[in-house]
Amino acid sequence: MTKRIESLKVIDNKPLKKDFFIIELESSRKLPEMKPGQFVQARIDGSQETFLRRPLSIHDVDFVRNTFRLLVQVVGKGTESFSKLNKGDSLNLIYPLGNSFTLPTKGARTLLVGGGCGIAPLLYLGRYLKSQGIIPDILLGFRNRDRILEYNDYEAVGNVFLTTEDGSAGEKGFVTSHSLLGKASYDKVFCCGPEMMMKAIAGWCRKNNTDCEVSLENLMGCGIGVCLCCVVDTVKGHLCTCTDGPVFNIKELKW
Amino acid sequence: MVKLGFSIGDLQFKNPVIAASGTFGYGSEFDDFLDVSRLGGIVVKGTTLEPREGNPYPRMAETASGMLNAVGLQNKGIDYFEKNIYPRLSEYNTNVIVNINGSCIDDYVALAERINKLDDIPAIELNISCPNVKMGGMVFGINPVSAREVIKAVRRVCIKKLIVKLSPNVTSIVEFAHISEEEGADSISLINTLLGMSVDVRSMKPSLSTITGGLSGPAIKPVALRMVWQVANAVNIPVIGIGGIMNSDDAIEFILAGASAIQVGTASFIDPQASVKILEGIENYLIAKGFSDIRDITGFLNCSK
Ligand SMILES: Cc1cc2nc3c(=O)[nH]c(=O)nc-3n(C[C@H](O)[C@H](O)[C@H](O)COP(=O)(O)OP(=O)(O)OC[C@H]3O[C@@H](n4cnc5c(N)ncnc54)[C@H](O)[C@@H]3O)c2cc1C
Ligand SMILES: Cc1cc2nc3c(=O)[nH]c(=O)nc-3n(C[C@H](O)[C@H](O)[C@H](O)COP(=O)(O)O)c2cc1C
Ligand code: FES
Repeated sequence: MTKRIESLKVIDNKPLKKDFFIIELESSRKLPEMKPGQFVQARIDGSQETFLRRPLSIHDVDFVRNTFRLLVQVVGKGTESFSKLNKGDSLNLIYPLGNSFTLPTKGARTLLVGGGCGIAPLLYLGRYLKSQGIIPDILLGFRNRDRILEYNDYEAVGNVFLTTEDGSAGEKGFVTSHSLLGKASYDKVFCCGPEMMMKAIAGWCRKNNTDCEVSLENLMGCGIGVCLCCVVDTVKGHLCTCTDGPVFNIKELKW
Repeated sequence: MVKLGFSIGDLQFKNPVIAASGTFGYGSEFDDFLDVSRLGGIVVKGTTLEPREGNPYPRMAETASGMLNAVGLQNKGIDYFEKNIYPRLSEYNTNVIVNINGSCIDDYVALAERINKLDDIPAIELNISCPNVKMGGMVFGINPVSAREVIKAVRRVCIKKLIVKLSPNVTSIVEFAHISEEEGADSISLINTLLGMSVDVRSMKPSLSTITGGLSGPAIKPVALRMVWQVANAVNIPVIGIGGIMNSDDAIEFILAGASAIQVGTASFIDPQASVKILEGIENYLIAKGFSDIRDITGFLNCSK
């Protein structure tokens, strides 16, 4: 798959609850093939506040309109500057990067688990699964009701279940304590979110002999496999999150 | 047509833009973005005798106008390189240089002997300046006695062009440049990263697993430029300038200060096409200034008041 470097036009930048926002970008060329789980390396040309690019997951793609969206949480200087982009501004990307989720076979009982900005890659994944005739369960975890992101989009591709840490919406507790996990069984679980959450889900999957893939968010220098800064310790030694990942089967990880 | 070529002894480079070790992989990672064969050369990732896993994560931190890294020479070793990477590299029409690293002098010598047998590698870059490994690396490059020993030992066996890559973490860079020239280096490249550190105030921990790491990017450019200027004025072998070169103006600063060529490092992370853009920018600069040969501006710095 060919990677490209391109300045894309911001056609929408919509704030969501708290510090989240969704940027929609339009390419002047035909979009390349992009797979669920892949990411972009973003930078505002001439940025003074930040030096390196910032990795962001592909949240949703509209090949008809030739646009795609990024769901971003403000955590520092880079994401803050992205949140201030206006319609008509441009954002420079290297994309599409990384491997992708391994798509399960037809009829597989599939669960998607996400927390915080880790829910970003799950929408495109869900949409893809739906097009393959798989309607996944989607379990989303948030800190409290103020943090809950718009999940209408997710409801269009699967059955959505919520947890909040304080019980202000959905079931109370962490995703791993949701009653769904006690009732249903799955052939395949996909998970992206805070490392603690992914480790807990990985533990549940191990116990239940369920195949599980997680998407890691390691710090990245380049995103194209040359700086070797983004490594994760695996059974095969150090692998690059940007080229061998970001998606890893938990069997590969030393969790 | 302006002439952009330079040479190290009888080894010709078609232009002075070389990709720096550890920032350009093995070239193929950039095939989607540029024609690697347009570059004067590429220096591949630091290679050791045995495979190395490098340091634990986290290995990088962004800093003001730069970054710290603590990769620690992760690579698959010379056997893997020879069998799986070298055959692909031969397809590039550019000088492919191997950056060699060891824990002891025997390692460096053994690596030089292995490279001797690789016809399509015309030069080695002797890395005695990696700050991220406990044994070897910078330990050689900041001690004049051991620097001399390792350069002498490698020169004795090395039939390729020998480029010595210097560490900036010394008081007198000129001393190490003299040692390199005296021991038969064909060229000197500088600088490797500057030893630095960063703290994550949220977690109250060091940002890097190794606590200290190597600083690169525009933050180090003034230091690099000063050292290149000092070294170019002190030796008679070609000097390759490295450190924070992001665009062609940066590159030309080094060339005016006496560098025969330059290496592009961290810039390739931000813009994978940085190296070719720098090449085009140098050419345009020469045309605009009315020069027909890059050698006319090498060391041309006008220091009169
Ligand atoms: C493959 C991949 C996909 C990602 N997808 C998304 C996405 O879709 N949406 C989204 O909002 N974010 C995503 N992230 C995370 C995002 O890249 C970081 O939040 C962003 O780089 C932070 O930049 P900043 O300049 O805002 O913060 P900085 O100023 O760089 O950092 C602020 C603080 O956050 C910490 N921090 C920053 N990045 C990380 C990290 N990766 N791991 C641990 N701590 C970190 C820093 O140490 C610092 O304390 C993804 C990361 C990866 C690797
Ligand atoms: C992530 C990273 C890895 C590096 N690995 C090596 C290496 O293996 N061998 C080496 O000689 N220099 C290595 N360097 C140093 C660069 O080649 C260069 O000397 C330094 O980064 C300064 O140039 P720059 O500011 O243009 O990046 C590395 C630098 C970085 C940022
Ligand atoms: S981010 Fe540079 S190798 Fe992965």
